[in-house]
Amino acid sequence: MNTRAPFVLKRIFVVSFLLLILLGVGMFLGLSMGSSGSGMSPVLESLFGARGPDSALMDTIIWKIRFPRVLLSALVGATLSLGGLVFQALLRNPLAEPYILGISGGSAIGAITGILLGFSRFPGVAAAAFAGSIFTLFLILVMSSGQSIIKRDSLLLSGVMVNAFCSAIIMFLVSLTRDSRLHNIIFWLMGDLSSGDMHQVGILAATVLPCFCLIFFFSSPMNLLLMGKETAQTTGVNIKAVTLILLVVTSFAVSATVSQCGLVGFVGLVMPHLLRLLFGPDHRVLVPACVLGGGAYMVFCDLLARVLPEQGEIPAGVITAMIGAPLFVFLLKRSGR
Amino acid sequence: MNIAINIQNLNYAYGKYVVLKDVSFCVKRGDFFIIIGPNGSGKSTLMRLISGIIRSKTGQLDLFGMPMQGYNRKALARTIAFVPQMVMVEFPFTVSEVVLMGRSPHQGILGIEKREDLEIAKQAIAFTGLEHLSHRKLTQLSGGELQRVYIAKAICQEPRIMLLDEPTASLDIAHQIRVMDLMETLKEERGVTIVMVSHDVNLAAMYGQNLLLLKEGQIVSSGFPGKVLTYETLEHAYDCTLLVDDSPLGRFPRVTLVSQRVLNLPGRSKSI
Repeated sequence: MNTRAPFVLKRIFVVSFLLLILLGVGMFLGLSMGSSGSGMSPVLESLFGARGPDSALMDTIIWKIRFPRVLLSALVGATLSLGGLVFQALLRNPLAEPYILGISGGSAIGAITGILLGFSRFPGVAAAAFAGSIFTLFLILVMSSGQSIIKRDSLLLSGVMVNAFCSAIIMFLVSLTRDSRLHNIIFWLMGDLSSGDMHQVGILAATVLPCFCLIFFFSSPMNLLLMGKETAQTTGVNIKAVTLILLVVTSFAVSATVSQCGLVGFVGLVMPHLLRLLFGPDHRVLVPACVLGGGAYMVFCDLLARVLPEQGEIPAGVITAMIGAPLFVFLLKRSGR
Repeated sequence: MNIAINIQNLNYAYGKYVVLKDVSFCVKRGDFFIIIGPNGSGKSTLMRLISGIIRSKTGQLDLFGMPMQGYNRKALARTIAFVPQMVMVEFPFTVSEVVLMGRSPHQGILGIEKREDLEIAKQAIAFTGLEHLSHRKLTQLSGGELQRVYIAKAICQEPRIMLLDEPTASLDIAHQIRVMDLMETLKEERGVTIVMVSHDVNLAAMYGQNLLLLKEGQIVSSGFPGKVLTYETLEHAYDCTLLVDDSPLGRFPRVTLVSQRVLNLPGRSKSI
């Protein structure tokens, strides 16, 4: 035992500070690169009020197009990473994640139904997405109920099945659509971050930021939950209330991002694992780390999605899945013994 | 008030399946109390009731003269610590992190630890002989080490009652004695009341001040080891042949298991 531990607060600050720098760098790069010309100097000039010759156009591109998008990426990455972290703690399974368990798929069904019915994006589509995610959550919990929920295989298998079923329904819904919305829906399904304007980003931020704070207050009970239900309960945790609140709050935040930018997979798997490897499993550190680090990761993924192709862009969900899926297999193999 | 746990007419059923029938007994403050009985006799259920994990609708359960319902969760966790049967943890907490978690019933919502908490955790780690492992990850420990980590965490709760569910079940004999001695010391030095479920009647005879023998959810016998561990009561409860005599260490009984095969050997039967 040394004197490191008393300073959990200090650790939280140090880790947050480091990741905040990373997020800042990512956002700065995100503002400076894009199809209409890259370069750091316009951003710096714009930030510090220096005026170049064609600065008005560049200002518009940077602040009206790139800035909402970078913010959106950060929010989505933060929400999904935190979602993965919470699900892993509650199900005591390091491989759990909203996307793999089909929670994201469920809210996508809700969102698509909402779009097809002509709801407005907010609150109509978001509410439909939330309903979808709660329904799949319930389905998964029933399917893997009782003791077996602790077992990785039964939980993951239930999730895979729910996910497959959701995909089928999504494809069915898409096949029903005969108009121009089709392209949009498919692109959106693959995880699309290009849709945001400042207004929508603001709504998303107002939705998910309180969720982050709420989850942070449950970080100590989450630590205890990992030691087993009985241990948590006899150490003073109201496990029923904690589990219910966290599941609902997390599903709410995740479905808010799904209704905004579709299915971005595996972020919730990659980031908690990486951060746990770097900073240890204490949730009091991991919750802020997931918010900041997950945001930074998503900003970088989106940067790749915009910069990699010669023309147009790749959906960000494609990038995250390309990185995340092989990593998932690697982790499954390593922890499977 | 000299009674730590007072149980009157306690019943419990999982659905229609009745596991505890009208159980009444008391545990004195500072007792080393061991619950024994065959599989499915309701020992673990009784344990879960006392720890507050499950609640019974009928009967009475008082801790230090106050009904169980009168305790809030954190107050209960400061009164009773529960060491469950081995839990495998897949998340790489270090030993000291886990032990510190035992302070959480004494802390605020975020569990920010103070100097005092660290000092108590340090003592608990020293008490259980885990100093050299304090930075080791939980996933790298042996069964015996893991058990001691959970005990250290429970000690960190500073409980007045310590509940243990078969703490020696998966340990080798040296570790069994070590864990039992640890509990004995905890009782002697800090006056903690120890309540334990055990399958090992000989350990129960050696360490227990009072025993409770359960069968099919009912009390067969209770009292000091010499009273409970007789050949008649044990054969009745466990439904097998046993040999009970005095331990060579003196003052408590020794139970010897007898194989049917040994009984049937022609030359040996008379000597038993």
